[in-house]
Amino acid sequence: MIVNIELSGGLEILFSNKKNHQFELSGDSIPLKQLVYWMRDNHVKERPELFVENGTVRPGILVLINDTDWELEGGIDAIIEDGDTVSFISTLHGG
Amino acid sequence: MSDLYKLHGLNNSQVGRYGRQLITPGVGVAGQEALLAAKVLVVGAGGLGCPIAMYLAGAGVGTIGIVDYDTVEVGNLHRQIGHNELKEGHAKAVSLATACQQLNSSISVIPHTVTFTSDTALDLIARYDIVVDASDNVATRYLINDASVLANKILVSGSALKWDGQVTVYHYNNGPCYRCLFPVPPPAETVTRCSDGGVLGPIVGVIGSLQALEVIKIITNNSDGVLSGRLMLYDGLAGTFKTVKIRSRQPGCVVCGDNPTLTELIDYPQFCSSPYSDKSSKVDDRIEDELIMTCKQYKSILDTNKKHILLDVRPKNQFEICSLPNSTNIPIDELSRESSIKTIEELAINENEILPIYIVCRRGNKSQDAATILGNKLNSTEKSTNSFIIKHIRDGLTGWNEEIDPTFPLY
Repeated sequence: MIVNIELSGGLEILFSNKKNHQFELSGDSIPLKQLVYWMRDNHVKERPELFVENGTVRPGILVLINDTDWELEGGIDAIIEDGDTVSFISTLHGG
Repeated sequence: MSDLYKLHGLNNSQVGRYGRQLITPGVGVAGQEALLAAKVLVVGAGGLGCPIAMYLAGAGVGTIGIVDYDTVEVGNLHRQIGHNELKEGHAKAVSLATACQQLNSSISVIPHTVTFTSDTALDLIARYDIVVDASDNVATRYLINDASVLANKILVSGSALKWDGQVTVYHYNNGPCYRCLFPVPPPAETVTRCSDGGVLGPIVGVIGSLQALEVIKIITNNSDGVLSGRLMLYDGLAGTFKTVKIRSRQPGCVVCGDNPTLTELIDYPQFCSSPYSDKSSKVDDRIEDELIMTCKQYKSILDTNKKHILLDVRPKNQFEICSLPNSTNIPIDELSRESSIKTIEELAINENEILPIYIVCRRGNKSQDAATILGNKLNSTEKSTNSFIIKHIRDGLTGWNEEIDPTFPLY
C-alpha cells in the first residue's frame, strides 16, 4: 500500500526537511498508531519526542486524514488505507 | 436635502468613503451600517495586528480597540507596517491607533497599553463584540480563547511563523474553540517563536489581511463562508493555500463544552510553561556548574591564547550573520550525528592532549542542551572515559555583545 504524508508548520524539519512523502508499506491497511510509530522509528532522525509523546502524536499537532480532522475519523485508532493522505500540522503561535 | 434621496443612516461623506465597499455584493448599506456599529478588539499590535487594525479602520469598523504592552523597535518594521521609524520607543498600541486614525478619523480607535493577562482580559473584552487574536505566544492564545468563550465573544485567530500562516474562527455558531482543537498545550520546547524561527512581512501581512476579512464577513453576516470548523493553511514558500475541515465544538471541552469545568481564567504562563511574550529573557542555568563558563571567562581564555575548540551550535543562516573568530558551526539538530561527533573528536584530539570544547549559541539556551548531548556522546565511548572537558558559554553571543564587545552584531 501507498500512504501519502504531508507535514507542515515546521514538522517537516524532523523528516529530512521534506514536506511531502510517499511511503510504501506492506498490507492493505494500517492502524494510524502503527503508521505514526513506523514514521518515528524509520524517518525521524533527530528528537523523536517532538513528534510522538505518551503513545500518541504530541500536543500541538493537528492530524488530518484526507483533509479531515482525525478526531472525526477515530483519532489515533483510525485505519489508514492504500492511497490515503495523512497530514501532520504543527500549530503556529507567532504573529 | 440628502434625506430626499436615501432611506438610511449613512451620510454623504460615508457613502463617498465606503462607496467601493458598499457596492460589493454581500455588503451594501446594511453591511456598512453594521460595520460602523461594530466594536472589535485586536489583541497584539505586531505583524498581524498592523494589517488587521488598518484594514478594519479603512472598512469603517466604528470602534477598534488595540491592546499591546510593548514598544516599537526598528527590528519590528520589516513586518509591522502600521508603525514607522518616528515611533521607535513609543507604545505600539498608541502608534498603531494613530496610524488607524490617520487612515480614518471618523471612527473611534482606542489604544490599551496594558499587558493582556488573566487580570485585564475580561474587562477589556467585555467592551467589544469580536476579538481578534494577533498575539505571538502560546500563553496569550489560551488566555484569549478562554476569555472570549467566557465572555461569549467570537474569536478570529491567526498565526504565522517563517513562511507559513494559519487562520480560523473560534466560538462561532456552535463551532469549536481553540481548546476543542488543542486541549493540552504543546510542550514548551516544541514551540518556535518568531524571534527564534524568523518570519516574513508579507506572511503576517497575508494572514492579518485574512483575519480582517473574516471580521468583515462576520459583521456583515456573510456567515456561510466564515472559517469556523475549518482551518486555512498558507504555505507562502510553496505558494499554496489549503482549507481543511476540523472538528466541531467538543461536548467535553473544559471551557466551551456542555459541562465546562473552567469557569474563570487561570494562570496561563504556568499552564503553558511559557511567558506572555515571545521575547527572549535571560536564560536560566539548567546544567551543572562545572559545565558552565561565563563570557568573561571565555574572554580570558582568548586573551591568554589557551588552546580550545569553540563550537557554535546555531542554525547555519544565523552563523552566517555573525560569529566569533575560529568557531566551528555544527547546528544543534545535527550534533548527535556520527559524522558531527567524529568532526568534533578530530578537532579536539590534538596530538597528545585533548582540547577543551566550549559551546556557544545565540543566548546560552541551546548550548546547554548541546553540552549535555555532547557530554553523553563523547564521554560514553570506551576509549575516553570522562576525558573531554565540555562547557557552554552562559548568555551566549548576546552576552558577548553586552559584557565584552558591543560591536558584536545583534539580530
